[in-house]
Amino acid sequence: MERILFGDNQFFAVNHISDEKAMAQSIKFKDDSAIINTLDTARNAGIQTFMCTTHDRIGNICDIIREQPEKYMGYKMYPCMPYAHKYANAVTELGVTGTLKKFVPGNFIGSMFKGGVAFLSKDYLSIMELLIDSEMKMFKGIDTPVIFLQNVITDMLLGMKMKEVLVSFHHYIAKKYNAEAGYITMNMPALLDLLESGGVKNPIICSSINKVGFRMSGGKELYENTLKTRQFRAIAMQVLAGGAVPAKEAISYICDLPNIESILFGASSRANIQETVSLIHEFDTKKLTTKY
Amino acid sequence: MIKVGIIGIGKMGISHLAILGAHPDVEIAGVCDTSKMMLDAIEKYSPFPCFTDHRKMLDTAKPDAVIVAVPTRYHADIVAELLERNIHVFVEKPFCLNAEQAPSLIALAKERKLVNQVGYHNKFIGTFREVKRIVNSGALGDIYHFHGQSYGPVVIRAKQESWRTNPEEGGGCLMDYASHVIDLINDILAPVDKVTSSTLKSIFSKQVDDAVFAMMQLKNNVSGMLSVNWSDDTFRKMTTSLTINGTKGKIISDANEFKVFFKDKEAPAGYRSGWNIKYVTDLTEPVEYYLRGEEYSAQMDYFIKSVLGTKPNLINTFETAAQTDRAISLIRKAQS
Repeated sequence: MERILFGDNQFFAVNHISDEKAMAQSIKFKDDSAIINTLDTARNAGIQTFMCTTHDRIGNICDIIREQPEKYMGYKMYPCMPYAHKYANAVTELGVTGTLKKFVPGNFIGSMFKGGVAFLSKDYLSIMELLIDSEMKMFKGIDTPVIFLQNVITDMLLGMKMKEVLVSFHHYIAKKYNAEAGYITMNMPALLDLLESGGVKNPIICSSINKVGFRMSGGKELYENTLKTRQFRAIAMQVLAGGAVPAKEAISYICDLPNIESILFGASSRANIQETVSLIHEFDTKKLTTKY
Repeated sequence: MIKVGIIGIGKMGISHLAILGAHPDVEIAGVCDTSKMMLDAIEKYSPFPCFTDHRKMLDTAKPDAVIVAVPTRYHADIVAELLERNIHVFVEKPFCLNAEQAPSLIALAKERKLVNQVGYHNKFIGTFREVKRIVNSGALGDIYHFHGQSYGPVVIRAKQESWRTNPEEGGGCLMDYASHVIDLINDILAPVDKVTSSTLKSIFSKQVDDAVFAMMQLKNNVSGMLSVNWSDDTFRKMTTSLTINGTKGKIISDANEFKVFFKDKEAPAGYRSGWNIKYVTDLTEPVEYYLRGEEYSAQMDYFIKSVLGTKPNLINTFETAAQTDRAISLIRKAQS
């Protein structure tokens, strides 16, 4: 994985500290061209990986990228699935069964309901695989070396101790997509324990890591210790803690931590993108020179 | 260790189950639902005992406390049954389908000294807690107006069927969405006393309201407005906000951002004259396990600690939730 990954929250009205800013962003990025322009700005700053939710609009972005193979040569996308609100709203609307009927492709579900509950109870992992395939359709022909499970699902499975399901995601991604599975979580130390106990070695885990301990469940100290003592491939997100930490201080903290392979951030403006990238390079270089 | 049972594993039940499953003081004694769809998945992949009949769960698993997350229509009966068996209860909001069902449940819980809590999770959000603190401090002067709002994309097309679109089961925007805002107003300002006029609009739903607009007066004579619409897909998810005007200042707060304006030169400690902005990051206590927002974990932790006796069971009691039920019925009656 590259040192810096570009995120997509700013494109889809996800803002952890302001609903007003969230709406302003959704207006700013109402056209797909605005998203592409920002991705190009990030590419020009050296970020060749876009980590994105399987939001409907990402399908359009994939089309644009596929249409220009030369321009996007070497460009990677890391899909994060599912786009949880799509399903959460559907569950409120249609119930669990209605939601599955809507999203599971083909007539699999139709025959399954006809076949009744007994048949159903044996095939949950197949349903998961079908849902993964349905989410992955939009990325056809695009390089997706890492495929993530979104935090709401990861953490729900973690809370319900559904180890087998979490581990199956890992195996299916490897088998079907020749890619690595990644997990986004707000409970990194607990997830690592569960994955390791399920035989997943050195997993890719993306979690909130920031100087103020925001969304670091179990506490900042536990996170720092886990990074120091355990083997996994860590991606840090929410490094600015939604804006609570000034950029310089935030990046300095992250770059000083051991074992963080990549840093995920999203930004809308050229200035913010360039500032964050150069801060990461600056503190990475500083660390190298201090070390050797 | 508290033995907890869960009745109903729809959207909220699953969320509570995951949060409790990760709680260090909780043993999941049983999970119960009449629909086999989710239950079979839990039975197959989780270590939790599953039941299709809640009475069987209560008899076999003998939980100390139970989470009730079934459609609102069934709340009163199930809660009464649990209290009769001396079981502590956390029930989803709104509390009762009819306001008249509440008093006997409140009395029973009190008589048996049982912990009782209703799932109005906004009260565990740092920004709204700060609104309450500032209002109670008197720093806004005399409060003369409020505007409570909530918008989100739940029903955004015609042709959707679930219990939430069935008025007899407790569906509709007033019961499901507006109840959150009403409950916040009741708690932060004063309970709703009169509803001078209201409109319940069906936008896409056939049988229930999708939007609620009301003029309300509170027990302390403060008046204000309620606007709630769950068919507004310009919002990515449910977004609740509260504006409060006082003679010495004004607060505008949602779940993420708290803005307050103090007119006078003197402002409360930690604030200055004029505009102040604080974010949820400044105002939120971290949780041990996070799923969909700190508030969901915090409310469950509060319930469990109340059962353990280390918290006082003062937030979201049956009694306060019943005031919200009463306001809901006043809004229905005031339709113009």
